[in-house]
Amino acid sequence: MAKYVIVGASAAGIGAVEAIREVDPVGTLTIITDEACSHYSRPMISDFVSGKADLKKVDCRHEDFWKENNVEALLGKKVTAIKFDEKAVQLESGEKIPYEKLLIATGGKPFVPKMEGSDKEGVFTFTTLKDAQVIAAKIASINAKSAVVIGAGLIGISVTEALVKRGLKVTVVELQDKILSLLLDPKGSDIVEAVVRKAGVNIITGQSVQKIIGKPDNENTVGGVILTKGDQVPCDLVVVAIGVIPRTELVTGTAVKTNRGIVVDNMMQTNVPDVYASGDVAEAYDFVLNQNRLLPLWPLAVLEGQVAGCNMAGKKSTYSGGTNMSSLKYFGIPVVSVGLANPKDDPTLEVLTKIDPEHNVYKKLVLKNNVILGMTLVNSIERAGILFYLMKNSTNVKKFKQQLLADDFSWASFPVTLQRKMSVVQ
Amino acid sequence: MVKRIIAKQENCMGCGLCEVFCTVQHSKSKDIIKAYNSERPKPISRVRVERNKPVSFAIQCRHCEDAPCVNACLSGAMRKDPKTGQVTHDPQKCMGCWTCVMVCPYGAIIMDKEGHVVAKCDLCQGFDSPACVANCPNEALVFKEAKA
Repeated sequence: MAKYVIVGASAAGIGAVEAIREVDPVGTLTIITDEACSHYSRPMISDFVSGKADLKKVDCRHEDFWKENNVEALLGKKVTAIKFDEKAVQLESGEKIPYEKLLIATGGKPFVPKMEGSDKEGVFTFTTLKDAQVIAAKIASINAKSAVVIGAGLIGISVTEALVKRGLKVTVVELQDKILSLLLDPKGSDIVEAVVRKAGVNIITGQSVQKIIGKPDNENTVGGVILTKGDQVPCDLVVVAIGVIPRTELVTGTAVKTNRGIVVDNMMQTNVPDVYASGDVAEAYDFVLNQNRLLPLWPLAVLEGQVAGCNMAGKKSTYSGGTNMSSLKYFGIPVVSVGLANPKDDPTLEVLTKIDPEHNVYKKLVLKNNVILGMTLVNSIERAGILFYLMKNSTNVKKFKQQLLADDFSWASFPVTLQRKMSVVQ
Repeated sequence: MVKRIIAKQENCMGCGLCEVFCTVQHSKSKDIIKAYNSERPKPISRVRVERNKPVSFAIQCRHCEDAPCVNACLSGAMRKDPKTGQVTHDPQKCMGCWTCVMVCPYGAIIMDKEGHVVAKCDLCQGFDSPACVANCPNEALVFKEAKA
């Protein structure tokens, strides 16, 4: 019997553990993950492949994290079912662990479309440390020279950079017309694309892979891909990085309400009493769109886990929401994208932009009724947090709108009343 | 309560000496000439004077109670010290993802583009008074217990 049971030990699980322990230092807490490694930084697995981070650095807490938080961690154990009527989770071994409060933080799994040849050796996905370890080992063992990355979103670009750093010739295949299309408008995307190309990456957009083919001397090993228009790209590895889908298997066919992910309220509770969900598996609140939706992002998973943890331990907490928000470091061009990046033509939206092609700088804000709903910053991101603060608080920026995109934009640009509100100055 | 650096806007002349002393304090050599001219990696100031004439004031990490940078940190480099309440940053753990930069409401996290990590105010650990406070000629910076 554990007072608290958490299924999944990544961002949301970590956030929940820390929050529970702030409120309740002693209540028994069991966390279960099917991964062998836990509390590692998922976004850092590309640094592991590139060689920039070792296993110690990839740990985003510390070696004794579970112990120090008085957590029984069941690593490498798979939960096969949740018995909501018995209030227990069942492990593969048949063992049942009863709970008083349950958090489902199972995350997401990579989406792999049906593709002929996807079962060949040398086809990988890229969401776990294990994936990164297997890819790194494969590169070394076959002395891989080239790779095809399918998908040019956040994960695709991160793995591309890692492979380039390992000396591989990389081709990125993206179905959309532009890379990073969920984060950037075409102008921003073009700037980043040029930088990525300059690093030697071959980028093919508007196409997907229809077939993975084998090597001439070994049909079972990846030798290349055939694109939708028929072109052939030879390669030693294929990494599928199209996106993640929520791991909702444990609640399929149960009383827990799901949409694309698990439906939760602003306390991260599901419709089933004492059952919470957080992170990539849950549909949490987006403060820009003013609706709940899937937002598979590390920092949001931590926050959602914290909210769930607090509530599970009996201290009321509500989630203020997140939005589509990412910062990118790849290929030496910092990018921040928050909220609406590329809205359709809408006369009620106001768009402010600033472009400096010589320095690869592009800034864009999307406003509605003088409130910022979107920001895109390429290669000039140091003031991003101040703009994010204004977004998050739906601050009316009418009085200082013209300064928002200035290079020296700061709290000094704000009206005095707003400065004092945050007691930046006294 | 956590001791914080507070800016007194009416006293600030915008001279920027806080930035100079912060840079030197965070250099290896602790020598102003070397810090500015030859030291690599280039030492960086963790305080920034924000100017919008006639207004100016210095901003550095405020060691927020519920710190957005700590919650958002992808690598575990940014942490809240449970004893002191200070927000600490470990450059060895930092992966330079800039997520903290995206969420710091004060814009107080500085990008060390050469080192591919961030840098921020550490309140000059081990000294009675942070360098920016000790050397502000107009007492526009004070170090005292204050709410975030």
